[in-house]
Amino acid sequence: MRKIQILGTGCPKCKKLAECAEAAAKELGIEYEIEKVTKISDIMKFGVMSTPGLVVDGQVKVAGKVPTVEQLKEMLK
Amino acid sequence: MKTKVLKWILFSAAGVVIWWLIYSNLSAFAGWFTYSLLKMEQGRHLASAVEFFVFETPKVLMLLVLVVFGVGIIRSFFTPERTRKILSGKSESVGNVLAALLGVVTPFCSCSAVPLFVGFVTAGVPLGVTFSFLISAPMINEVALVLLFGMFGWKVAALYMGVGLLIAIVAGWILGRLHMEKYIEPWVFETQVGENVAGQVMNWQDRINYGLTAVRDIVLKVWIYVILGIAVGSGIHGYVPEDFMASFMGKGAWWSVPLAVLLGVPMYSNAAGIIPIVKALLEKGAALGTVLAFMMAVIGLSLPEAIILRNILKPKLVFTFFGIVAAGIIIIGYLFNMVF
Repeated sequence: MRKIQILGTGCPKCKKLAECAEAAAKELGIEYEIEKVTKISDIMKFGVMSTPGLVVDGQVKVAGKVPTVEQLKEMLK
Repeated sequence: MKTKVLKWILFSAAGVVIWWLIYSNLSAFAGWFTYSLLKMEQGRHLASAVEFFVFETPKVLMLLVLVVFGVGIIRSFFTPERTRKILSGKSESVGNVLAALLGVVTPFCSCSAVPLFVGFVTAGVPLGVTFSFLISAPMINEVALVLLFGMFGWKVAALYMGVGLLIAIVAGWILGRLHMEKYIEPWVFETQVGENVAGQVMNWQDRINYGLTAVRDIVLKVWIYVILGIAVGSGIHGYVPEDFMASFMGKGAWWSVPLAVLLGVPMYSNAAGIIPIVKALLEKGAALGTVLAFMMAVIGLSLPEAIILRNILKPKLVFTFFGIVAAGIIIIGYLFNMVF
């Protein structure tokens, strides 16, 4: 079970990251749950200053950009 | 690996040569297109507008692609996290200068202004230094500089950059002197900022990809504004009489600078959309200082930004911040009108 968290206050890029991460997880066929973290104080707890951010199982994988689905699959493995 | 790098270098060199060949022939092409292919009569309004449009559009777009790619590579070296590390623990004056300079090269999007602010302040970056960064980051960007360079030459682009840095440094310094820390929402200081940051190591291939992504993102976002802006600019170029703007945006009208700034704040546009219009205004007799003030107000101060900042700053600090930056822009506007 992978825990995927998307950090972002709701900008277009955050939505895109959520979609891409979901697509990557589905392609891998893994079990996952996805959560959107939108409160700034919660985002800050991860030490991320540029949104969108991607957190997998509590580890920050991406900050400030939207990777490709291929790259996301690497991170979710 | 080595052959791959070599391939890249050859590939880029060829690209630059082709780019340059096309770029340096654009003016001739626009003339040929307008007067030979479309058989328009020289000296007519429509012909002049068409020539302007056919010349400026590819020119600006080509410059954008080249510079955004270059800046993208530079930016891949500067993350907000690294910038914060450099700025925390710096004394105020040196910090203001550094913050303004780093604002130019650090990737920044107005939607991350709040997390960035919180991250800086909680890491011990002084408030005024944080403001210097927040002023320079949106105001001085590669799109604005490309357009200024493409349309007015390097002198105006360099002036814009210098003046933008000056405003960021001085306004940030003044805001720091005012000691307005108590006007920051208290939860900002209660926020626990984690240290957990993805330490991605980039190789050259990654940096090139980063640059290419920047080109795709930015050019896709702004091309329509560039074309619309140039289209409006062409219309003004062809149809509005010379010196039409001089009466109300010229040097003689003392109230034009504050008015330009007042008009600019509620307008929210990126540099791409505003500069071609600015060019047309200038051509028709508007004063350089007035036009620059207008542009800085549009790009550097925007209502959406104020609303975002209101989340972390009490209204008094938001107003003070906008007031000081606006005052700085107005002074610069007058100064330019006096000198040029």
